[in-house]
Amino acid sequence: MSASISAARLAVGYGHRPVVSDIDLELLPGQLLVLIGTNGSGKSTLLKTLAGLVAPQEGELSVLGRPAGSSPARVAYLPQHPVSSHTLPLRAHDVVAMGRFARRGLLGRMTRDDVAVIEESMVRTGADAFPHEPLRDLSGGQQQRVHLAQVLSRRAEVLLLDEPTAGLDINGRRLVAELVAEERNRGVTVVMATHELSDADTADTVLLLAQRVVSKGAPSEALTDAALRECFGFTQPH
Amino acid sequence: MRMSLLAVCLVAVTCAIAGTFVVLRGLAFVGDALAHGVVPGVAVALLAGFSGVLGAAIGAGVMMGGVGVVTRRYRLSSDTAIGLLFVGMLSLGVIIQSRSDSFAGDLTAVLFGEVLGVSNGDLAWQAVALVVIAGVAVVCRRPFLLLSVDEGLAATSGFPVGRYHNVMLAMVALTVVASFQTVGTLLVLGMLVAPAATGALFGRRVASVTAIAAGVGVLSSYIGLLVSYHADLAAGASIVLTSVVIFTVCAGWVELRRWQAHRKDVHHDHDHPHLHEHVHLR
Repeated sequence: MSASISAARLAVGYGHRPVVSDIDLELLPGQLLVLIGTNGSGKSTLLKTLAGLVAPQEGELSVLGRPAGSSPARVAYLPQHPVSSHTLPLRAHDVVAMGRFARRGLLGRMTRDDVAVIEESMVRTGADAFPHEPLRDLSGGQQQRVHLAQVLSRRAEVLLLDEPTAGLDINGRRLVAELVAEERNRGVTVVMATHELSDADTADTVLLLAQRVVSKGAPSEALTDAALRECFGFTQPH
Repeated sequence: MRMSLLAVCLVAVTCAIAGTFVVLRGLAFVGDALAHGVVPGVAVALLAGFSGVLGAAIGAGVMMGGVGVVTRRYRLSSDTAIGLLFVGMLSLGVIIQSRSDSFAGDLTAVLFGEVLGVSNGDLAWQAVALVVIAGVAVVCRRPFLLLSVDEGLAATSGFPVGRYHNVMLAMVALTVVASFQTVGTLLVLGMLVAPAATGALFGRRVASVTAIAAGVGVLSSYIGLLVSYHADLAAGASIVLTSVVIFTVCAGWVELRRWQAHRKDVHHDHDHPHLHEHVHLR
């Protein structure tokens, strides 16, 4: 089975300043990589690099066998805070439908399949409870459900999620965990940045970042007391 | 008068289409800058004796290019770059125009338009601009919508952000260049923003926001021209002020509806507390 994402000696950052260097990754279809670290540790920068939004500074990176950013219909990215959520008057349903634009291109007609995928994605995230509400009138948690539905409607092979549980209550967090598990069962590779250590429980690989790779491996190997103390200055309560 | 009404209606519909994306994307300041960026271009055109529209187009092009260069090269935020070039271009325009004694009237016309001096050529030019802008809005609707939500989303959906951002700016620039002779560079921004903002109060889809904006723009044009004719007021300013008043009234009405809905919810909670108890028990 070929790797969905592979990176060797990858350095990511902006301009000439690397934020994190020496990242080695090999993710197979259906695997989950969780990125954990403090603010500014490089989680979002790595996700943006995987999405093709930021060019790698050094090393090698391939996503689905091609350079990052060259398979838009097969890779879906959820930004940390979609910028206009608080001002956009458009209906939740139409925002979710934007997830199909990558497959339909500039002028391709939406098919019945597209409509079915959009409806199903909204049901899966619970966004079907408010399909006609304008995005700006929804709570932060409801907006996040809409953005998650949009990402799911991409039917991608790689999901890149930047803090998908931000703004969600306990039920919302549980929902994200279920959605990630379902996507992995479909063979989707998921990379998720998070501040919640519990999000790493089901991960195949955890990358603990602090402007460098502090530790990497299965949750029990990466989230050791020593690594957590080095990264956050405290350890997990036992 | 009929020609003037037709001209401002064409401007209103053109501005409604471009203004929808200006409001959705939050580009009002860019629109303002482009509106002022055309002034030195028009001034040079008048001095050199060539078309004011061509001069305006060059001015808008310099403004767009300048904002791009300052933002990328010097890593300044786009609003800083826009503010810098906006005042620079406006000042340059006024200085160029002040070099000629006969320019006072021209400057007023550039800034505030000549609604009552519209020619057949102006109408034809405005109609062509409307068709081009409508075509761009239809063809680029998807990348424009994605850009309105998040640039990263547009880029990861396979739509080059830089290219479509520039197309959107060019659409706004063409709107300004096509409309400034009728309503003026200062007031075209009002036609871009106020009707589209009213549309965004009620519209839930791009088409409905644009349709409401076009309706508000045309209504403002009619009322504004009528008021200016009977009260002997400046026509362009009357039209734009009408559109801002319509927005204010509509925003007040929306706020009142929200307040009434909130009061209804509070009374309902007060009258039926058991419903909430039931929810808590579950």
